[in-house]
Amino acid sequence: MILKDFRAVIRNNIREYGMYIALVVIMGIFTIATDGVFISSRNIANLLNQTGYIAVLAIGMTLVIVIRQIDLSVGFLSGFLGALAAIAMTSWGFPAWAAILAALAMGTLAGLLTGFFVAQVGIPSFVASLAGWLIYRGALLLATLKKGTIIVPDDAFNAIGNGYIPDIFPAETSFLPELHKLTLLLGLLAIVWFIFQSLRDRKNRVAYGFEVLPADMFILKLVFISVILSLITWVVAGYNGMSWTLAIVLVVVLAYHFITTKTVLGRHIYAVGGNPEAAELSGVSVKKITFWVFGSMGMLCGLSGILFTSRLQSATTTAGTLFELDAIAAAYIGGVSAAGGIGKVTGSLMGAIVYMSLTSGMNLLGTDISLQYIIRGAVLVAAVVFDVTTRKAKS
Amino acid sequence: MIAPILEMRNITKTFPGVRALSEVSFSVAKGEIHCLVGENGAGKSTLMKVLSGVYPHGDYSGDILLEAQSQKFRNIADSEHAGIGIIYQELALVPDMTVYDNILLGHELKSGLTVNLNETIKQATEMLAKVRLQLNPSTKVRDLGVGKQQLVEIAKALCRDIKILILDEPTAALNEDDCDNLLDILRGLKRDGVTSIMISHKLKEVIHIADTVTVLRDGQTVCTLDASRGEVSEGVLIKHMVGREIDDVFPKRKKKISDEVVMQVRDWTVYSHGLGRTLLSDVNFDVHKGEIVGFAGLMGSGRTELAHSLFGNPDGYRLNGEIKIEGKVSKFTEPRNAIDAGIAYASEDRKKNGLILIQDVKQNVTLANLKALATRGVVDANGEAKVAEEYRTALSIKTPSINQKVLNLSGGNQQKVSIAKWLFVKPKLLILDEPTRGIDVGAKYEIYTLMNKLVDQGMSIIMISSELPEILGMSDRIYIVSSGRITGELPIAEATQEKIMQLATS
Repeated sequence: MILKDFRAVIRNNIREYGMYIALVVIMGIFTIATDGVFISSRNIANLLNQTGYIAVLAIGMTLVIVIRQIDLSVGFLSGFLGALAAIAMTSWGFPAWAAILAALAMGTLAGLLTGFFVAQVGIPSFVASLAGWLIYRGALLLATLKKGTIIVPDDAFNAIGNGYIPDIFPAETSFLPELHKLTLLLGLLAIVWFIFQSLRDRKNRVAYGFEVLPADMFILKLVFISVILSLITWVVAGYNGMSWTLAIVLVVVLAYHFITTKTVLGRHIYAVGGNPEAAELSGVSVKKITFWVFGSMGMLCGLSGILFTSRLQSATTTAGTLFELDAIAAAYIGGVSAAGGIGKVTGSLMGAIVYMSLTSGMNLLGTDISLQYIIRGAVLVAAVVFDVTTRKAKS
Repeated sequence: MIAPILEMRNITKTFPGVRALSEVSFSVAKGEIHCLVGENGAGKSTLMKVLSGVYPHGDYSGDILLEAQSQKFRNIADSEHAGIGIIYQELALVPDMTVYDNILLGHELKSGLTVNLNETIKQATEMLAKVRLQLNPSTKVRDLGVGKQQLVEIAKALCRDIKILILDEPTAALNEDDCDNLLDILRGLKRDGVTSIMISHKLKEVIHIADTVTVLRDGQTVCTLDASRGEVSEGVLIKHMVGREIDDVFPKRKKKISDEVVMQVRDWTVYSHGLGRTLLSDVNFDVHKGEIVGFAGLMGSGRTELAHSLFGNPDGYRLNGEIKIEGKVSKFTEPRNAIDAGIAYASEDRKKNGLILIQDVKQNVTLANLKALATRGVVDANGEAKVAEEYRTALSIKTPSINQKVLNLSGGNQQKVSIAKWLFVKPKLLILDEPTRGIDVGAKYEIYTLMNKLVDQGMSIIMISSELPEILGMSDRIYIVSSGRITGELPIAEATQEKIMQLATS
């Protein structure tokens, strides 16, 4: 009975769960192939930190693709803004926080500029952002012209990409000595919050007479996700705990998830993506939404630039190369529809993790870089084929 | 009895949760014009999609026999190869290509590796002659009116050496002249031996042209009527379509029109940069509280452009003139302003610019007024569900749930969702552009009843419509638009179809 329910639930929600299953499979394969090195706390911590700067771009890109646009300039914009932050600290004497704010503000402005050309002037976003790609690449070269690589000496800034959140409990306690206690606590809170939210949501849906999962499946789902969250928490807590990068990415995802699912702005973004003419005639300003989305993309480029510069502890002349394509790939793997109007930021985060897991796993195995690109390409196609076919089957 | 050219036996087709066709049988004699009628959602289009291979063999149960040969179409190419040509409601022409390229699209005449241009033009010209369309085949399709485009579609189908021509609501978007012309051409094709199947909601034209009529209701064949034996009349068709008699197509209402003017438009002139011409000049009209004002006119006379220009001008026209809302001069720079001033506009083409098809009923209903449901920008999900449920009940929108994607609803129910969206902004003036286009008799009646209820509550309605009976049946006062001008105003008591047509073509 439960098995039958289980099959039906999986079949009906294959689109939603597909990526989680894919991630588990990919991680499983790499774990076996590397004799467990892949799943070690140290490697997972590294993997998540590497994912950070792509993940934030993928989140912004999700909204850009949802409103039927594209932004190719994000890679070099992020590289340039990272260099700008480095110069601000080393040459202009900015403190770390001011350099960060400057990068975010400049990023927002750059995004609004692209938005201006797209929304106000009516240039296709592909062209407008391709121009941006060229311009920011030039700007990055110009910024790093004198020194080549700009080393950032600021410890606080570098901690963003390399540091971990402090533990509130002393490390020398006898209780779970190897683990980062604050991370465990946060993980526990997340699980409690998740269960609480799920229960409340279910109660509401029942009250409205909407369809819900059968009770046994619902419990199974809660248990399954709680176990996954616990495992992740346990693994992360095993190596210095939660990194600042991970913390920042989680905050960004939560904020964007909230905006896209709960707010008027979010609903207007999806309406514009679903049918721009209908949205306009319903009083939604397509122009305004376009500005918002490109502005947010620019700001996230600033954030991505900060994460990357901080991780390398320096700004380089090639920073940001191909980030835009990684971000676009992550968004598509995460289930964003190229036709617009469909796509979740949480999906894109998962897409980014899947994508970076491949890179990380293949690096551990010493796979040749040429083969890595081919495999990544194949996975991208497979993910989108899966998405398109399951979508068709459902409608 | 002539041997049937086509027989469909016991066709059953189910979609997840819905049985669209059950055991439908359908037979077409060679050389006849066979009309297929029924309410929206009765299964007409689904049946034709089964026939043309859109739903491949195996996706449905039952048999298709073409000239007594069993057919198993895997796709449209198969059915086309067998001699079935289908013309959809939404035209499938490439606007920026020439007429001759469109006609031979997919069947290009080649000499060696290249397209033989001369032969293409020659053949296209022959096909155009068959549909009696006199035009230069090098014209771009974009530059043709809808009526001519429809004929180009038929020419395109004829080019493929077809035995059966299927037309899905070919006249829905045509004005009366173009309709008559199209029906004439169908008769001409009949003389040439082409068998036609036509889906239509316009019963008058069905009566006019059909040799045989098959009525579908709720996915089942109700009856097949023979016109030569005098079995076909409007009353009979409606009775079979809805399964009940509708004595009164237009519900009655008590008039409660006040002297208060809700909207006053003076010297309204609209110029389009894109088209490089003036679309409307010197338009003047008033709408009173509690009144239904009909705007009649032919396709392309400027009625929709008038509505768009009044509703915040989303098309970016250059405007001159003055709008007063309840006596106050108003300027709308985008639809939001107009909505805030109490005007709502349910557009003519609900799929193209009315609804967000991939979103659910609930999201569509609340889209134009999300602010009312939000505190500090966060939408109250429970309140939203409540609102959507209210409108679902009030307008009897037939949907399994408010979480259903609008895509999956029938035309009439989609239209109700579109109207619900505008009722939720609580407007003073509702502009309905072709409110009943492409929806069935039953749903039409419900929408008329709703309109009556709304004006009774003090709302004003502008109804733009190409259907004269609807204009005459529902309006309190009628303005007639022709070539971008208002050519007449008639109180309902003085209005007749003839007078309106005369003003509309002046």
